[in-house]
Amino acid sequence: MSTLTGAFHWLTTGSSWRGGEGIATRLGQHLMLTGASVGIACAVALPVGIGLGHLGRGGTLAINVSNIGRAVPTFAVLVLLAIGPLGLGDTTTITALTLFAIAPLVTNSYVGMREVDPGAIEAARGMGMSGAQVLRRVELPLALPMILLGLRLAAVQVVATATIAAFINGGGLGRFVVDGLANNQRDRVVGGAILVAVLALLVDGLLFALSRLLSGAPRTRSRASA
Amino acid sequence: MAIVASGTCLRRNAWICGDYVRTRSDELWSATREHISLTVSAVALGLVIAIPLVLFARRYRVTVAWIGGLANVLYTVPSLAFFALLLPATGLSRTTVLIGLVAYTLVVLFRGLLAGLDAVPDDVRESARGMGYGPVRLLLTVEVPLALPAIMAAVRLATVSTIALVTVGAVIGHGGLGNLIYDGLNESFKSEVLTASVLCVALAIVADLLLVIVQWLLTPWRHHRRRQPSRTSQPSRAPRGDARGDGTGGHAGGGQAHGHGRPSLAGSPPGSPTGPATGTTT
Repeated sequence: MSTLTGAFHWLTTGSSWRGGEGIATRLGQHLMLTGASVGIACAVALPVGIGLGHLGRGGTLAINVSNIGRAVPTFAVLVLLAIGPLGLGDTTTITALTLFAIAPLVTNSYVGMREVDPGAIEAARGMGMSGAQVLRRVELPLALPMILLGLRLAAVQVVATATIAAFINGGGLGRFVVDGLANNQRDRVVGGAILVAVLALLVDGLLFALSRLLSGAPRTRSRASA
Repeated sequence: MAIVASGTCLRRNAWICGDYVRTRSDELWSATREHISLTVSAVALGLVIAIPLVLFARRYRVTVAWIGGLANVLYTVPSLAFFALLLPATGLSRTTVLIGLVAYTLVVLFRGLLAGLDAVPDDVRESARGMGYGPVRLLLTVEVPLALPAIMAAVRLATVSTIALVTVGAVIGHGGLGNLIYDGLNESFKSEVLTASVLCVALAIVADLLLVIVQWLLTPWRHHRRRQPSRTSQPSRAPRGDARGDGTGGHAGGGQAHGHGRPSLAGSPPGSPTGPATGTTT
């Protein structure tokens, strides 16, 4: 119990938030690493997943990517990259985080596109829409909830993995846990863990709210047609 | 040391080094054993807790949302934070890692088992009841066999993710092969890191294959049926209709043997909140 009170004391003391190794800086680093990785992963994965889904090809590829991603430990990849050619540093962390964000993004956007009612696509074609129009005005809006779910999974995964990045001397909130364990400062370990947990839950909740907000449109449309 | 003298690949710090595997086989073997024992205990304990929980949730439907929400929170908290949060209670022990792992398997298994049982068609259940089946017989001889593919999919997912997750336990000294990866990081020992990582992935693949075989043995009726159908030539059409029916959440979809059930796994974690959401609007 004393560790918990110690952790809360550490969290509520102003000085632990300030400075180059304070909570504010570490939080900023964590968000930077997460944002950059998810951004790059989206730029790479969404066109691939959406493209494959639109064409209806490469399904096994899209699905196996995420199965392999699950079997490979994030920790192992981080360490392999760190002692390998990339060395310690932010580039390594962002590379590893991006790799792990790609899998859920590709899979979910692919599945989202494939789950679009074939009848809706047929109808759109029958109305004379071109392939690009079908993609933009029918498939994408209908696949959006699934794509956003992929984004949410990817973001939560990246927030979690960014914590492990502290092992390879990366920044971020995981540093409090890893350094705290090394220096036997239990209040920091637990305090850091609380921060990480809260951040992950916040990101999850915010993206859930966002997907609710954005996927409201197709739902009302379907209600009107029913 | 004799080790250094024996191998040049060790001195060169090569990625692939037979001498490393030979000289440290004891260490590798004991790490692998710890890895396997943590995984097996976590999945077994997860099942032991998940089964009564699922039965309870099915009996009292109101609790599904509560348990599901709690499961989501557990699943979202990063593993490293989870282990660290348990420190005040259980210290730097194997128990800390095991509790964390059980929590994650529990989430996957609870969702998978529930979705699998829920996907059993109502008319099948009705017919069984009409034939005089009691609740226990209905569950054991009708519902569980029909839900087996989904249940096994959940067990496989739980096992494979646990094998990957065990490595993070290295932070408190009980990470199986993760301990070697952690040591290798501190010493920049390339072959140690690569060997342990490869063993990890190999473990996951072997475990998954074993579970596929178990599933094959448990569901003999599925192989007889597969020889006949002509609709397997159009696999993309047929299962899609089913998948839409029972929603994106859960591992419910049948036909997971040809990889069509997989997408629902990717969508499953937050699938529980989206499921009811679409249900209420329509």
